[in-house]
Amino acid sequence: MRIPCPFCGSRDSREFVYRGDAAPARPTDGGLGADGEPMFDYVYLRDNPIGELEEFWYHAQGCRNWLRVVRDTRSHMISAAVLGAGHATGGQA
Amino acid sequence: MSGSSFRLPVGGLIDRTRPLTFTFDGKSYGGYSGDTLASALLANGVRLVGRSFKYHRPRGILTAGSEEPNALVTLRSGARAEPNTRATTIELYAGLEATSQNRWPNLDFDLLSVNQLLSPIFVAGFYYKTFMWPAKAWEKLYEPLIRRAAGLGALSGQEDPDHYEHDHAFCDLLVVGAGPAGLTAALTAAKAGLRVVLADEAPLAGGALLGERHVIDGMGGAEWAAARIAELRAMPNVRVLSRTVVFGRYDDGEHGAIERVADHLPQPAPHQVRQRLWKIVAAHTIMATGATERPLVFDGNDRPGVMLAGAVSTYINRFGVVPGDRAVVFAAADSGWQTAADLIAAGAEVKAVIDARPTVADALVAPVRAAGVPILLSGQVVATKGKRLHTVHAIDGAGAKHRFSVDLLAMAGGWNPQVALAAHLGHKPAWRSDISAYAVGEMPVGLRAAGAADSIPGLGAVLASGHRAAVAVVEAMGGKPPETLPPVAEDRPEAVSPVWSSGPCTGKAFVDYQHDVTASDIDLAVREGFTSVEHLKRYTTLGMATDQGRVGQVNGHGLLAAATGRGIAETGTIRARPPVQPVAIGAFGGHHRGRHFRPTRQTASHGWSTAQGATFVDAGQWKRAQWFARLGETSWRQSTDREVMMTRGGVGICDVSTLGKIELIGPDVGTLLDRLYVNTFSTLAIGKARYGMMLREDGMAFDDGTVTRFAEDRFFMTTTTANAARVMQHVDFARQVLWPDLDAQAVSVTEQWATYAVAGPASRQLLAAAFPDLDLSNAALPYMGALSFRWQGRAARLYRLSFSGELAYEVSVPADLGEALVRHLFAVGARYEVVPYGTEALGVMRIEKGHPAGNELNGTTTAADLGLGRMMSTKKDFIGRAMAMRPALVDPARPRLVGLIPVNGQSQIRGGAHLLAPGAAAVAANDEGYVTSACYSPTLGHPIALALLVRGDERHGQHVVVHDPVRGEDVLAKVVAPVFHDPSGEKLRG
Repeated sequence: MRIPCPFCGSRDSREFVYRGDAAPARPTDGGLGADGEPMFDYVYLRDNPIGELEEFWYHAQGCRNWLRVVRDTRSHMISAAVLGAGHATGGQA
Repeated sequence: MSGSSFRLPVGGLIDRTRPLTFTFDGKSYGGYSGDTLASALLANGVRLVGRSFKYHRPRGILTAGSEEPNALVTLRSGARAEPNTRATTIELYAGLEATSQNRWPNLDFDLLSVNQLLSPIFVAGFYYKTFMWPAKAWEKLYEPLIRRAAGLGALSGQEDPDHYEHDHAFCDLLVVGAGPAGLTAALTAAKAGLRVVLADEAPLAGGALLGERHVIDGMGGAEWAAARIAELRAMPNVRVLSRTVVFGRYDDGEHGAIERVADHLPQPAPHQVRQRLWKIVAAHTIMATGATERPLVFDGNDRPGVMLAGAVSTYINRFGVVPGDRAVVFAAADSGWQTAADLIAAGAEVKAVIDARPTVADALVAPVRAAGVPILLSGQVVATKGKRLHTVHAIDGAGAKHRFSVDLLAMAGGWNPQVALAAHLGHKPAWRSDISAYAVGEMPVGLRAAGAADSIPGLGAVLASGHRAAVAVVEAMGGKPPETLPPVAEDRPEAVSPVWSSGPCTGKAFVDYQHDVTASDIDLAVREGFTSVEHLKRYTTLGMATDQGRVGQVNGHGLLAAATGRGIAETGTIRARPPVQPVAIGAFGGHHRGRHFRPTRQTASHGWSTAQGATFVDAGQWKRAQWFARLGETSWRQSTDREVMMTRGGVGICDVSTLGKIELIGPDVGTLLDRLYVNTFSTLAIGKARYGMMLREDGMAFDDGTVTRFAEDRFFMTTTTANAARVMQHVDFARQVLWPDLDAQAVSVTEQWATYAVAGPASRQLLAAAFPDLDLSNAALPYMGALSFRWQGRAARLYRLSFSGELAYEVSVPADLGEALVRHLFAVGARYEVVPYGTEALGVMRIEKGHPAGNELNGTTTAADLGLGRMMSTKKDFIGRAMAMRPALVDPARPRLVGLIPVNGQSQIRGGAHLLAPGAAAVAANDEGYVTSACYSPTLGHPIALALLVRGDERHGQHVVVHDPVRGEDVLAKVVAPVFHDPSGEKLRG
């Protein structure tokens, strides 16, 4: 599999480290609010969709950027890859 | 037969001026350069070359290519012996040594051929049904027996003396197969300027052209292929990989290929590899992999002397070998008639051409009839006889019986396009009833088929399809196709009508030759309900041999369809998976074996340490000095105890360069560190260092180390050796993803600095002597202070940190000065009797000092468990804070870090032993914790240990039983505080 790193171009997936689903966002209060559920969800709850999934990949043997990569879990087709701070699907860039 | 009586005086692509001798089963034979082992054996009249997998049936040579299921031999001997090598692909070299397999005592007289008599009970599923009980007998009795009786060649058991390597290629177009379609495609694309890789499994380009008689653009087929490949090799944008099998297609245009660099030589040339594993990344791929001929299924279709018709033609045309004097051709496809013509032209006596079809094109029949050969239309071969084929029984359309005395039977069952590469990503082939074969169906992005692989009939059409596919690729790449036209050749009739089974099959009619799967096994599977192709495959092992069902799969599925009354399209076929041909594991390993299995990282002091007698230990990829044995020391304990005592009593030096090091720069680094660590770093003064602990987001301890501030916006972090890469990832995730608004950059500098711990009461004197310009007084450089200086004109850093608990420093210089520094420190330190110490002494001193390390930071402990709960700031958010406050993680009943001392002052406490209350039964329910680190403390003169004990912080002074069922020891121990040495910390502040 090859990953289109926005910084390095198309690279072998073996240069990357996989982290997983990029959808969960860390609660802005660090989970210190009255309701602990958002932090629990962030740490433990993941969807396992068939189809497109936005996930984190780290270009450990390249530019060391964390990427958000949209990969189809059925075909490994990658439809988008942006630097980790951005959003690969919708949202602000 | 003797000599080369089956060799034609002229013709073929062999070099008759270069005779070679080789041995098979110890007997010497002659062949020529350009032969395969199979062609040379046939030329010498050798028909019997192996015994079958299950029944030990005599087997010969069925094919002339890589799909060969029968003629598997062991090539070479000794450590280079390679079992299960296909005689049809082994290029002959002088002195080649091959032996037959799966026979005892010899090939001609194989005692286990008795299995044939027992064959009625050796049907599909036999093992599952028979050897079920008693269970114990499977391992001891049944399996060894079956393994001896069934099987192929054996491995040598010796280390492979050859080398393998990996290489990568990138191209616009990969063409797989250098037959007529592949050559045309490669040349068309190359002329348009595309970067082309052309890979072909054979040593000679041409594919089917080498084994058939054709004329292209007025040239002989083989001659045309030689001219085209020469043209391609001369082009700078083309790489030709011959002897290279593209064995798999993977995501995004990645292909695996194996290049047999030296398999055609007695052994690889010096410093040359045997095989090279390629990863070829191609924007487009043209699969010009040709087609494989199908056998026909009838009783005795496996006897030596029964061959595929295309193989017979190949042996005649390419190798100048007629595989028999008296032949019958049995065809269900037009190509069989071409073989009959080839046999007649080569001077063989063709006793009959039997075609299962009622009508055959006149153009095919006429020349055969003109040669006076009897023709049986609507005919069938019903049985054969002979350990080496001597008789063929057939019936004609009217039901009349015929008997032919022959030594060769050629079968033409039709052709299967080689479409496996198209299926590797999960795309299914499609059944085409017009050609009675599975053809390309839905295609993966970037892959096209051409020629026979695309079910194109006729050479002229094949050449045009190669041209067409290349033009499509050129246009897809935005290029301009060359204006050349495809080469011109004549199309021949290529009609086929499938015949899945011929005759009543009272004996053995083989479908999968290599696994001895017969037509009746398929019937049995259907009767027992295994009617899905996937169930059929697993129940009968059809298609599970090393030929991956290339020969027998479609016949098997045709029989399944017939037995279940379904169509073949409805029956379906199994999914092809890589590799399309067997690939040696050694090739996948490449250079990564033995000590090269993974990289070796050496610190700057490695050479110096080696000269000092260091014994090294692996710490991840690093080699670290474990201890330095001195003359007269006979155990690691002696050396380690001395190193500890000399360090605590004087001064010792340890290479700590392997710790992870990260430089952080930016105005917001302090804030970032506050969020990474449980404690606060934004308030750290310039020139000061602080110990810190990081948690995972789930609240568990992750890593620890120190952070030093060298400027307002410049910090330096250390990590444990084991977690260096993981912490770097973690830091990058925090600053890039979690808090991208923070202006903070981070870079790993682990390999840029060589760092030495200088520890012991004399460390200040040593360093003062080593760096006379520095003020090392307690006022100028207090405990947890740091300073930058220059050494030999380069940046250097000195930290006053202590892992040992002594007055201690860490000094860092650029890694290339590391060896010079260690030599300098030891030269200067001689007067203080400075001693090098290794990781064992380091470990003993940190246990004596109660510092948690990898054994305690094991993923199940919290900061509080390790006695560091008070470090956790309550004034800020940090990674892991919220989750660390979960009830179960703050439960006072959790195991806490304690020290243990044996009550008798002598007994060794072992790491991993479990803790029980005195008198409690040794059962899991009474488990109260375990020993994480243990050693003999030379400082205290008795064994000590660190342990995690339930409510341990409340139990100092109590006794526990250290229970070690693995080694059968129980030790009564006293629970103490985890700091054994200098608990007040006076020494390190002195």
